[in-house]
This record gives sequence, C-alpha cells and structure tokens, in this order.
Amino acid sequence: MREAYSELMKKINAGEFVFTGELEPEKTTDLHEVIEQARALKGYVTACNVTDNPKSCAYTSPLAASYMVQRDSGMETVYQCTVRDRNRLALVSDLLAAGSLGLKNVLALSGDHTTLGDNPGALPVYDVDSLGLVYMARKMVVDGTDLVGLEIEHPPKFNIAMAGNPNAEPLEPEVLKCERKTLGLGDYGADFIQTQVVFEIEKAKTWLKEIEYLNTPCIIGIFPIKSYGMAKFFNTAIPGVSVPDFLMDMFKDAKKIEDKQKKKDKYLEINIEYFTDFCREIYKTTKAAGIHIMAVNYVQCTPPLVEAVLKA
Amino acid sequence: MIITTKKNIEDVLEMLKPYNKIFVGGCGTCSTSCMTGGEEQVNEMVEILGDRAVAGHVFEEPCDIRLVKRDLKEVKDKIEEAEVILELCCGAGAQVVSEVTEKFVLPGCDTIFLGETIRIGRFQELCKMCGQCVLHETGTICPLTRCAKGLINGPCGGYAEGKCEVGNYENDCAWCLIYEQLKKFDRLDLFVKPTLPRDWSIKSSPQKIMLR
Repeated sequence: MREAYSELMKKINAGEFVFTGELEPEKTTDLHEVIEQARALKGYVTACNVTDNPKSCAYTSPLAASYMVQRDSGMETVYQCTVRDRNRLALVSDLLAAGSLGLKNVLALSGDHTTLGDNPGALPVYDVDSLGLVYMARKMVVDGTDLVGLEIEHPPKFNIAMAGNPNAEPLEPEVLKCERKTLGLGDYGADFIQTQVVFEIEKAKTWLKEIEYLNTPCIIGIFPIKSYGMAKFFNTAIPGVSVPDFLMDMFKDAKKIEDKQKKKDKYLEINIEYFTDFCREIYKTTKAAGIHIMAVNYVQCTPPLVEAVLKA
Repeated sequence: MIITTKKNIEDVLEMLKPYNKIFVGGCGTCSTSCMTGGEEQVNEMVEILGDRAVAGHVFEEPCDIRLVKRDLKEVKDKIEEAEVILELCCGAGAQVVSEVTEKFVLPGCDTIFLGETIRIGRFQELCKMCGQCVLHETGTICPLTRCAKGLINGPCGGYAEGKCEVGNYENDCAWCLIYEQLKKFDRLDLFVKPTLPRDWSIKSSPQKIMLR
C-alpha cells in the first residue's frame, strides 16, 4: 500500500469506495464557474480532476485553477499534467509549484495530440512521456530529488495517478503499458489509475479483471451524457467507445420532448438510472477503488448519482 | 533516403522575383527518386523560368562536397553567369552547393523525412535519426517515428482497433505494431520494460562526426 498524502489516497487505502469529479477551466481568466461547480460537488466527491488543455485546446492552466479551486471551495484536486506542452524543466517547475500550492494529487498524461486541438500548428513537446512524468514525480516524492538526482529542498508530497483505457482494442498492449508504469517502475510507479470514459459495464469489469495483478487501485471513468447529440458523438466520433443501444434509444426518445425543461429532466433521469446501476455493479462486484464522474459542466448529475449508489 | 517534396511553384517564383539569371540545380540521388530534383524536374523548372534560366544541371550527389566540386567543373561558366542558384534537393544539398559555389542559393524543395520507398512516388517515414536507436527493444519498429507522439513507453489512450487517432485512424498505432511483433517473437518481456527519459543532448545541433 502506498503512502497517502491526499485525502483521496487515504480513502482509497482505507478501502473506501471513492468518487471523483472533473472540472474544466476554459479559455477565460474568470474561474468562478469552475469554483462554483467544485462547491456544488463538495460532500459528494472526494476530489476533482482539473483538466490540462483538454483536446489540446489552450485553456487556463490547471495549476492555477487547481490552487484556486482548493483555496476557494475546499475541494481537493487532481492536477492533470500533460507532457505535450512542456519539457522536463517546465514539468519540474510545475510539479514544484504544485507542491508549494498544496496540491496533493497529480494525474500524469501524454495529452491529446496538438494537431487535434485549437492551435494545430503548435509543436508537440513530448520531451518525456507520461511514464517519464510518473517517474519524475515519484522520484521527487520518494527520493526528494529531481530527475538527475539533484536534491530538492522541501520536496513535494503528492500521490501520482496514471490513465488507463478499458476501451482499448486490442486490450493487451494497454494492460501491459499499465504494468510498465506500475510494476515496471517499482517504487517509482503510479499510485493509482483513473480510466477513460467507459459506458459498457462488461468492458469495465473485463478491464478490472485484466489489471488486477498490478495491485494498483483503479477508479473507473464514466461520462453522464447531456444530450442525444453527445451520445451520438461518443458512438460515432470516438472509436472504441460505444454507448449501449438501449441507452441510445432512451436518449433518442428524450430528444423528442418539446418542453426544454422536461427534456433536460428526462436526460438527467436517464443518466441517474443508467449510471446508478452501472456504479452499483462496479461497487458491489469488483475491486475498483471508485468512480470518476466526468460530468463536466453537468454537476447537477453528480449528487443524486452518488447518493443513489451509496444508498444501495 | 532523404524524402523531399517540391515547394509550391508560386512560392518559388516569389523568392526568385528579384533575379533574372537563375541556375537550376538538381540531385541525382534522393531527389531524383522523389521526382523533385531529377533531370525531368530541372528541365521543367528551366522551361518555367524561360529566358531567366541560364542553365540547369543535375549534380550527382549535392550533399557530397567532393562530388559537387567535381560536377561544378562542367557548368562553371553558367554558374558564374547566374545571380542565383535554385537548388532542387534536400536542405543539406542546397547548403553544400551554396558553400562550394559561393552563390546565393535558394531551396526549391522541402526536406521532409528519412524514409522507405514503398513504390515509385510513395514513401514512408521510418527513422527520426534520434541518435539513440531503440529498435532492439521495440521489435524493430521505431516508436519515436511511427507513434505520432513519439512515445517510448507504450501506447496512449488514442488508439482503436490498432489505429491511431492522429490522422483519423488511418495510420497504424506504432505500439500495437510493436506489441504484435514482440508477441510474434515471444519477447513481450520487452513490452513491460520501462524506458526512462532520454538524453536529448546527444542530438544537440549542429552535429558533426569526425572519424579521422
């Protein structure tokens, strides 16, 4: 069991089934909406991921946003840090800054490729990859040094997460990659895994079974869907991710409701119903450490969902 | 082989605008194979430039200073007459020609990558010339080149059915290829072996090798 520095890791270590949320600072200097969302999630999730230029779009730094969220809402954050935009010097700087700002979780990611983003002409960095970032961050925590072994005065103490993709086809390369970033790195490996969005319960269960030998806590990612259009997007634009047919049909029917409020209510009801069953199944029948609810700009979904799952 | 593509002709004509006496140089090796700087392309350019072209000549290997010096003897007068040389080859060749002729040399091609010839006119990038070959660990498939992100420790979350999300799932995910290859040779032990951050200082430019 890894030493816990964050509340999230403490709960995971204690065997508590955890929930995490997701916040997305956008192209703005006004973060009050993100902070409001964090406040609304307080008491329902243990921590919130704060995204780092998601889909390779240049947004407000998650380092600043994570700090502000923690300061103004009291919500613990999982600072997402990609290796796409920064070389190792900048990454060390940011990790030290994260430590000094009191951030306790770091999710090391490779980041969506620059050509898929809003500045497609940008140079992708990838000086180190996400394994390198896990290693660098753990080296700070474990050895109190940077990558080349130089001592850090007051080294940061945080828990390091990595991402996994239960939708990967074929699945084995993805599982073996997780092995490389956990068992392969020994003490310098990731503390826990957060997965990408998965809609199909069997895929989530297969994934959990496949990675069990890593002995690394895993939080399964879900994505409540705000509209039929979004459901279609997941089904068609993101290969490997599929929304079950019956759920698609329910969203399709909901789309026909003319009254806007009633339509919204119906979408919410479908999400709560579907994901309550999904999360209960994960909670009761697997060794998952918890659920990561990626309800970005859809916070109203999270409290009733968490309550329903825990009530069960 | 060094793969080049032709620069857009409008851009070439724009850079040649101030000049009326232009020598067109080609490349007898890589750029001939790429159909960017062979005999045909040099003649084509001479034709486009009309009276402004003083001559055209395909250097056997413009990136080899010795061969350029030798070839220059044949076209010495024409080079002297020219105000500028348009060189249809890779960036290395253009620089060598500039150094040897002491003329203002303009590039007519863009240098794209070191690659494999699949068939005439079809090339594929296979090596980034990174200076620290890892093929012994990756089933002879280069992740630095063939993974869009150049990841050295396994795939990212962006592959589906073995295809990479960069390029709209048309290209193979390098790490799925590596997985298949290592599995085939019963070396999946290599797939879980971490590669720590690389020393990029080895690739600090400009590079020189002095064997003697």
